[in-house]
Amino acid sequence: MVMSWIWTGILAISVVCAMFLGRGQQLSAAVLSGAQSGITLTLSIAGSICLWTGVGKLMEHAGITKKLARLMRPLLVRVFPSAKTDDILSQRLSANLSANILGLGNAATPMGIQAAQRLADPNKPGLATDELCRLIVLNTASIQLIPGNVAAVRASLGAGAPFDILPAVWVTSVCSVAVGLTAALLMGKVWRNA
Amino acid sequence: MLDYIVPLLLLTASLLALRKKENTYDLLLTGAADGLKLLLSITPALIFLLTAVSMLRASGAVELISSFLAPVFGFFGIPPETAILILVRPLSGSAALAVGADLMAQHGPDSLIGRTVAVMLGSTETTFYTISVYFGAAGIKKTRYTIPAALIADFTGFLVASLTVRMFFR
Repeated sequence: MVMSWIWTGILAISVVCAMFLGRGQQLSAAVLSGAQSGITLTLSIAGSICLWTGVGKLMEHAGITKKLARLMRPLLVRVFPSAKTDDILSQRLSANLSANILGLGNAATPMGIQAAQRLADPNKPGLATDELCRLIVLNTASIQLIPGNVAAVRASLGAGAPFDILPAVWVTSVCSVAVGLTAALLMGKVWRNA
Repeated sequence: MLDYIVPLLLLTASLLALRKKENTYDLLLTGAADGLKLLLSITPALIFLLTAVSMLRASGAVELISSFLAPVFGFFGIPPETAILILVRPLSGSAALAVGADLMAQHGPDSLIGRTVAVMLGSTETTFYTISVYFGAAGIKKTRYTIPAALIADFTGFLVASLTVRMFFR
């Protein structure tokens, strides 16, 4: 339902603003070009999504994700208690988190989605469980160690040391992840399942 | 060295799987077929998310709202010039990078604003894209507190980015 409200809200704001600013022509052009860019985006990430689901399967069978999961287990089970008893889940979660840390966004997405599908409660279809909410908060906050394309933009604009922002990025990331997870934990206690 | 992360990862995974006598190539193909199904399940969400975002940008609402919000952000110590970036960032990654690059070019990459923009870009994600992709693929209808929690994390990021840049670069 929330997405329906967001969708309708964005449409309402757009229509009102366009009328106010006299930008009807641009608005109507944007409808179709936006839909088209959804397809363009899908196609432009298609190769790397398929590559990474393939490599993910390979890493699973090669035992890499299992080792990764064992390495991250102490941290993982604090945020995702289900990972304690579910091996496949803990492998997918750790693959998602390590891909995020390495900045491989297109690898993180399929692994995260597979983890999300496993976290969804089959008895309550369509409900975002507490752990699922936390997984999404972790993925919407950035835990990337080296933001490559930002540094590339800085370099192209002639920054003295493109990577000198790293400590600030790390402190900021840690704060936003910590606050986001805390907020999720607190709201999970108050927010009853409908 | 960073350039070798992905190729070496591919090589290591392939070698380890071969050593375990697994059918490496077959595994890649089945995995990629799963990827196609995944793409199909996220595409509808992407089409409508990007339609909404593109309408919002074309209507001029982003500029209008950011001019209202700029003083509010200023109150929190966030440079008012970055208001437009803060609005665009959760909606579209490519638009945010474009807006950010523009701001950095305008104010200089090593200026206070330029650095704040870079830290904001580097420490946040495209929240609504991620949310709609995950909910779409996992079939979630009742999202509960996910969006408020994610937005709280985002706002913390923007706030702390302004603070850290001010502290680290004087």
